[in-house]
Amino acid sequence: MGDYKFAKDKLAEALSGLTDYEVFAPAAVGDVLRFKVVEDPASVSLDYDNTTVPPKELMFPQTETLFKYRLGQTDIEPTVPDASAKRAVVGIRPCDALAYTIVDNLYGWDFPDPYYQQRREATTLVGLACSDPCANCFCPSVGGAPASEKGLDALIFDLGDAYYVKTLTDKGEEFAKAAGLEAAGDAEAKAAAKQGEEALGKVQRSIDTAGIPEHLPELYDDKFWEQFSDRCLSCGICTFLCPTCHCFDIQDESEGFDSRRARMWDTCMFAEYTRHTSGHNPRPTRKERTRNRISHKYSYFPEKFDVIACVGCGRCINNCPVNIDIVDILEKSKQAGAKEAKTA
Amino acid sequence: MMDESNPYLPYIVKIEDAWYETPVGDRAVKTFKVSFVDEKVWDTWSHEPGNCAMVGRLGIGESMFCISSSPTEKGYLRFSIMKAGKVTSALHELEAGDTMTVRGPLGNSFPMAEWEGKNIVSIGGGIGQAPLRPVINYVRANKEKYGDLSVLYGARTSDLHCFKTEFDEFTKEGTACHLAIDVEEEDWPHFVGFVPDLLMKVAPEPANTIAVTCGPPILIKFVTQGLEKLGFTPDQIYTTLEERMKCGIGKCGRCNVGHLYVCKDGPVFSYATLKEIPEAFA
Repeated sequence: MGDYKFAKDKLAEALSGLTDYEVFAPAAVGDVLRFKVVEDPASVSLDYDNTTVPPKELMFPQTETLFKYRLGQTDIEPTVPDASAKRAVVGIRPCDALAYTIVDNLYGWDFPDPYYQQRREATTLVGLACSDPCANCFCPSVGGAPASEKGLDALIFDLGDAYYVKTLTDKGEEFAKAAGLEAAGDAEAKAAAKQGEEALGKVQRSIDTAGIPEHLPELYDDKFWEQFSDRCLSCGICTFLCPTCHCFDIQDESEGFDSRRARMWDTCMFAEYTRHTSGHNPRPTRKERTRNRISHKYSYFPEKFDVIACVGCGRCINNCPVNIDIVDILEKSKQAGAKEAKTA
Repeated sequence: MMDESNPYLPYIVKIEDAWYETPVGDRAVKTFKVSFVDEKVWDTWSHEPGNCAMVGRLGIGESMFCISSSPTEKGYLRFSIMKAGKVTSALHELEAGDTMTVRGPLGNSFPMAEWEGKNIVSIGGGIGQAPLRPVINYVRANKEKYGDLSVLYGARTSDLHCFKTEFDEFTKEGTACHLAIDVEEEDWPHFVGFVPDLLMKVAPEPANTIAVTCGPPILIKFVTQGLEKLGFTPDQIYTTLEERMKCGIGKCGRCNVGHLYVCKDGPVFSYATLKEIPEAFA
């Protein structure tokens, strides 16, 4: 595909050219950085580490209407989004784009989910390569990289005085044309490749995932989990801010006679999540719930879809109020197994 | 499947008939016999014994229930629902003529074709008989394809027996039918004791036999142990599981036992499969 560039002070101009698209870019909302629709291109800055809230909400909103109806009547009006309404996400980090490719498996599995898939289809993903990975990033351990192209339609590199844009798909090419970007040469491509290599070397954390998916189920009854679950507050932030966490609840809501069935983010870290009507709960304590969160990402999901459901973005580590660290859990899970083997 | 392009949209069904299986009150079981308001749905609808559906009421919500009628019972679906929480209480308010929603069929089913030529033993407790009922009725309707059918069923009291009148029919047809209640009652001619004890007394022969069981988790646990003592191998024992569910199509996450989703990989599992998954009995 193509190579493009634009001067740093031309970002607003490029975004203004995207008249056919609904454009999303990172924006500060209070203390939180998250993707919002761009109202004023001049306000957009690509100078940030990563958003607090992952852009999963662009495909899978925090609350989403599945269908509408009038109370007492049986006519159901589906509210599936329109795939022909083009959207562009500008500045998504490679880890968050990788997350979509993982979650695609789930939403495309057997009963395809039209709400998620229509949005995916409509969206062009324009990534922003990381030149300075954050302290808790470990994307290379789970199939990513600071300049990974997976799941992206185009990838922007910040080359200091200008942005270099590498288009990766037809959608990306269309985006570059609409934004009116100028052609780049070999020099920019080389500089970008070099930056990607260097950034890879700057990632400080890692976990060797070999053997973990097979090993975790063996720790089902192990006391190992308690060293983490004992201090867990069940706040759920690790899952709500996880780009691959996809669990949801479904509820009916009415205002007067206007009603809807909606789905909303849910979390396996809450007791209510699995509690039966009878009161029985298969995951009654934080131990079972912590075990499920980690096992789902690193064992159950790979067993089903052949890919680990974690992209190493570090959000669950950065935002945990009691410093529970998934890399630490995974590292110690190996030792827990080794200890077992020795005593056996 | 409902709308091929949108698995979240339910069918509207009309309640043709509704009756209580057990005395009215908390935890009562009510059976609903329903048919699709849009009759054309029957042209594409097909389900197997073991399949489930999300049954609900607009404005309240939906929950997962087994379809308690066999596909050999034509022109209607049956659901037998215990009054336990918000959705089931709202469903219990409904009577013949009212509408509900059905989204399905969902989940896997009992491998009825694989079991042809074998004897079938059904072992149920309480409302756990609901998913076994379609198996029994399927075998009754296809007698020539299967060996002997026997039915073991128990509940705490005779009042709490679901599908009471049907057991008389089975006996008349020559199906061995063994009933139990937990505690002694006047004029009770059958077994008194728990279902696992009934199982050991009846002691079905394992040769060329499949055992299907459903009931409270404690029943499943002891029935499975009993079956193994009688010489049944894990791949001769089948059960159905239930967990809290929202989507029913393997997406919302909560019904997993280990790497398996009960809504989609289940609800029917052989004990050979479940043995490998500690969370299956959590």
